[in-house]
Amino acid sequence: MLNYIVRRIAYGALILVGVNLLTFFLFFTVNTPDDMARLNIGGKRVTQQQIDLWKSERGYDKPIWWDEAAPGSAKLTHTVLWERSISLFALDFGRSDARQAVNIGHEVKTRMGVSLQLALPLFILQLIASVGFAVLLAFFRNTRIDFWGVVLCVLMLSISALFYIIVGQFLFSRVLRLVPINGYEPGLDAVRFLALPILLSLLSRLGTEARLYRAMLLEEMGKDYVRTARAKGLAEQAVLLRHVLRNALIPIITSAGGYLPYVFLGSLVFESFFAIPGLGAFVIEAITGQDFAIVRTMVFLGALLYIASNALIDIAYTWIDPRVRLS
Amino acid sequence: MIKPVILWTDAAIWLLMAALCVYFFGVRRQATQSATWGRVLRDPVGVASGALLALFLLVTLADSIHYRVPLPGSLAGQVAFDPHARSLLDALMERQVAMRETSYSAPLAWQGFSREAVGGVGMLPGAAARREFPRLAFGGAQLADPARDWAGDVLARGAWGLAGGLLASALLFALMAALIARSHGGWRAGARDLLADRTHHPLRALWLTLAVVSLLLGPTLAWMPHYHVLGTDRTGNDVLYQSLKSVRTAFVIGALATLATLPFALALGVLAGYFKGWVDDAIQYLYTLLASVPNVLLIAACVLMVQVFLDKNPQLFETAVERGDLKMFLLCAVLGVTGWSGLCRLVRGETLKLRELDYVQAATAFGVSHWRIMRRHIVPNVMHLVLITAVLNFSDLILYEAVLTYVGVGVDPTTTSFGGMINLARVEMARDPLVWWSFAAAFGFMVALVLAANLFADAVRDAFDPRARSQRPHLWRRKAA
Repeated sequence: MLNYIVRRIAYGALILVGVNLLTFFLFFTVNTPDDMARLNIGGKRVTQQQIDLWKSERGYDKPIWWDEAAPGSAKLTHTVLWERSISLFALDFGRSDARQAVNIGHEVKTRMGVSLQLALPLFILQLIASVGFAVLLAFFRNTRIDFWGVVLCVLMLSISALFYIIVGQFLFSRVLRLVPINGYEPGLDAVRFLALPILLSLLSRLGTEARLYRAMLLEEMGKDYVRTARAKGLAEQAVLLRHVLRNALIPIITSAGGYLPYVFLGSLVFESFFAIPGLGAFVIEAITGQDFAIVRTMVFLGALLYIASNALIDIAYTWIDPRVRLS
Repeated sequence: MIKPVILWTDAAIWLLMAALCVYFFGVRRQATQSATWGRVLRDPVGVASGALLALFLLVTLADSIHYRVPLPGSLAGQVAFDPHARSLLDALMERQVAMRETSYSAPLAWQGFSREAVGGVGMLPGAAARREFPRLAFGGAQLADPARDWAGDVLARGAWGLAGGLLASALLFALMAALIARSHGGWRAGARDLLADRTHHPLRALWLTLAVVSLLLGPTLAWMPHYHVLGTDRTGNDVLYQSLKSVRTAFVIGALATLATLPFALALGVLAGYFKGWVDDAIQYLYTLLASVPNVLLIAACVLMVQVFLDKNPQLFETAVERGDLKMFLLCAVLGVTGWSGLCRLVRGETLKLRELDYVQAATAFGVSHWRIMRRHIVPNVMHLVLITAVLNFSDLILYEAVLTYVGVGVDPTTTSFGGMINLARVEMARDPLVWWSFAAAFGFMVALVLAANLFADAVRDAFDPRARSQRPHLWRRKAA
């Protein structure tokens, strides 16, 4: 087990190095720090002095990949890539490129809390709702309920999340006036603001997930142990809930675990539509402002969370299914 | 003389069509393949959704032939061309493009949507400027007294259109009955079997789909010359025309981005599964790397790169349409390069299984080269996975385009797309009174397209994957012919 975890961490670190190189490559193959400076300072007439100042303030005044002029190992270390990567791996995210006042580390901490408030209840409710619906369909398989349930699922998954949001905001906030259209307040008041996005996000993914889980349940129901369970006279509910569901949980957890990084990273679309100051909204700001420091941090964080959640899922297997051995 | 313009996506779409034709004849030659596709064609849902997709494809193709017309009054020696590239669809809907109002107007309206000051300047003192709904420049312009004639005119045209639609579907029914008349013993029996759904292929489902479409199309065509059937947007453009343009954008992104993932996924997946060892390790590392970066961020970074590339190379395009198109083409490439990890994993797993099978072992023992084994024995046997994933991806990408455009890393703002329409609709839905038609049009067309794609994908998956077939919910079973 320990051996496994150590190897897992080493591989994760290797992936993170790759991700970091990839982000640098994507940003600096066509862009130069000069371009970034020009874009960020804005205005028509930008002098070279301003650009140099901007670059030295942010540490972009060194070569990006390789410093030919420096002696010895400084060829590698006296570069933007090296300095930025080292600080990133130390989880020191530095400051935003566009607005020097913004400390990314601090921002990430506060915003992740907000994102979690939206995404954690959503994740749990989502799992309950989708699995519940899927179990219902599997219980009534090959009946009218199953058929129309699957039709409903296909219809729901063919509708873009954006439509759910716009119609939901219109219906619940404008016509019924139950909740505010958007915004956010910390503390208990947050419930008023988060209820609608949670509901709509749940609806928008229900079709896809319920259909997928139904397929997983039916797959399990075709197996021999189910026939045995029925043969010994168990009620269908007991077969479904005690035997089938427990075995189907393995693929279900794998698939639901894919959302785990986004529990922390938040949803781009929902946070920006509902003006919730979470990490998703932060990312959109960074993309539109071409803020390299923030984008790089978020890519790094996303990869870190992805690796961590995958490792967690694998460890969860051993807990759900004692037959699984990690090696 | 007109000057043909071949846009990047046009070329790609027509190449795709050519590839589909080659595939079609390849399938015809192989008994097992054509039997599997035959299963799709005997599935009522598959046939109905396929017909709808084919209609959307027709719109896409009509909007994929571009040309530039010469400007009037140019000298004989040197012809100056209109800087705006037009498509065949633009030519077909020339009237809709020309019928440009000043601002919002509701579907089929003859008045503008918001009050404007009428008169005022140069009028007698005392007669203050009145604010009333202005009459539209084109919508209902043929009416002498619109307040009185409008409702009657719309109803009459609608009725004529509906009658035309009914006639078309009746003709279609007669045609189908005539086609199956010989094998069913007379056209009377043919018609009866058609109605009772006792035909080899589910012709009734096909006919119902086309009948619904023609009943919708009839009144639309009847209203189109004199009204804006789906209203106009903020700048007075016809919403119906924009929706059809958006259909093309969605179709192109869905098809080309899916296509762009295939070479990476197939080649790398087969290589990893076949050679194992360090090749497998390297390829696994590569796709884990791609999968671990949040997808939107990866695409955003690539699209920003594309943006800078376009800004630095203005010589690559002559007109705004060409620029938007090149950006869309590169977006498809970006989606392809970033989106292959899922399929690659599937293909690798399948190849790992296949390479241990007896016939591959036998081929190895005979000394068949690696390349030949992969080409002859492995690739044909993973193609079903590729096909199923490709059709499933298509609809996902159409939905994804809307989100990307909303985030600001999708298609160019000058390219009409569902994402752009929804983005504008967000503001319109907050207006009072409500401007709902742009939103409703985007919703209707997008759901129709995505639903058809999803249902077709399900039919294809059921045909190629027996396990999926057994899980399909059944309300009724089709009687065999």
